[in-house]
Amino acid sequence: MKNLKYFFVGLIFGFILIKAEVISWFRIQEMFHFQSFHMYGIIGSAIAIGALSIFLIKKFNIKDSSGNPITIAPKELNKGTVIGGLCFGFGWALTGACPGPLYALVGSGHLIILIVLLSAIAGTFTYGLLKDKLPH
Amino acid sequence: MLELLTKPWPWYVSGPLIGLMVPILLILGNKSFGISSSLRHFCAACIPTKVKFFDYNWKAEAWNLIFVLGVVAGGFIAGILLKNPEPVQISENTIKDLQGYGITDFSNLYPVEIFNFQNLLSVNGFLFMIIGGFLVGFGTRYANGCTSGHSIMGLSNLQFSSLVATICFFAGGLIMSWFIIPLLF
Repeated sequence: MKNLKYFFVGLIFGFILIKAEVISWFRIQEMFHFQSFHMYGIIGSAIAIGALSIFLIKKFNIKDSSGNPITIAPKELNKGTVIGGLCFGFGWALTGACPGPLYALVGSGHLIILIVLLSAIAGTFTYGLLKDKLPH
Repeated sequence: MLELLTKPWPWYVSGPLIGLMVPILLILGNKSFGISSSLRHFCAACIPTKVKFFDYNWKAEAWNLIFVLGVVAGGFIAGILLKNPEPVQISENTIKDLQGYGITDFSNLYPVEIFNFQNLLSVNGFLFMIIGGFLVGFGTRYANGCTSGHSIMGLSNLQFSSLVATICFFAGGLIMSWFIIPLLF
């Protein structure tokens, strides 16, 4: 039950994704062809607010709701960051969706996108199978 | 008021709201914003396998699965109950470019000519839906994050690895949309 609050945060996030239209394949093609500021404005302003929030959390030593200090795991840089990043970029342009929008689209009743989501799960599973053989 | 909820929101409203996910999750429960990990937790929870990568206590990460379940619910409310009846207002140039590929239907969130069940077995449908989806799941795990975990959370936390990842996401997307997608039509 303690996880129920994350359902509501996710719900708000899914709602925003739809209203932001970042779930549109057309918007993603428009972005990659530099034909509108829309997507850049969204990603840029999201990072600005996120960065400002983390700066304030660190500066004022803000605790989480249980009173624990907030910790953020660092993200490691390795060859996978580049190779995997490119692979995701290819998939992003093809499907016109990153993982968040896939979930939101499925929720909006776009059953065909469930096929894309299942393919993404298969991709993650394949990564897990091959992990030790892939360059990192 | 209702119109505010059915109409699409401009970037300067939706972008900052997406950014707020970062502090909300950190303060609610010390959680780092990210979506693609849920695909791994799903494998660990639902696929019977001895693969080491999926042999961990996924229940400790159950919040992330509940979170994406919420995203599905949010999609239902915003995309069905409060659906925007208008097609997405993309730029004229994009429409012209895509018409050059033979796309004529701009009424949905994606070209229904490509994304439909009948097209799954065609080469181009298989590439856009199955291979595309596969690359999203494979690439995000290989890179250890997606647009949420790297581009928003990671960059907000000034992670160099997330900058590299974001540049590669865009590089991959640009290569695909400029040089490969035009060949698929």
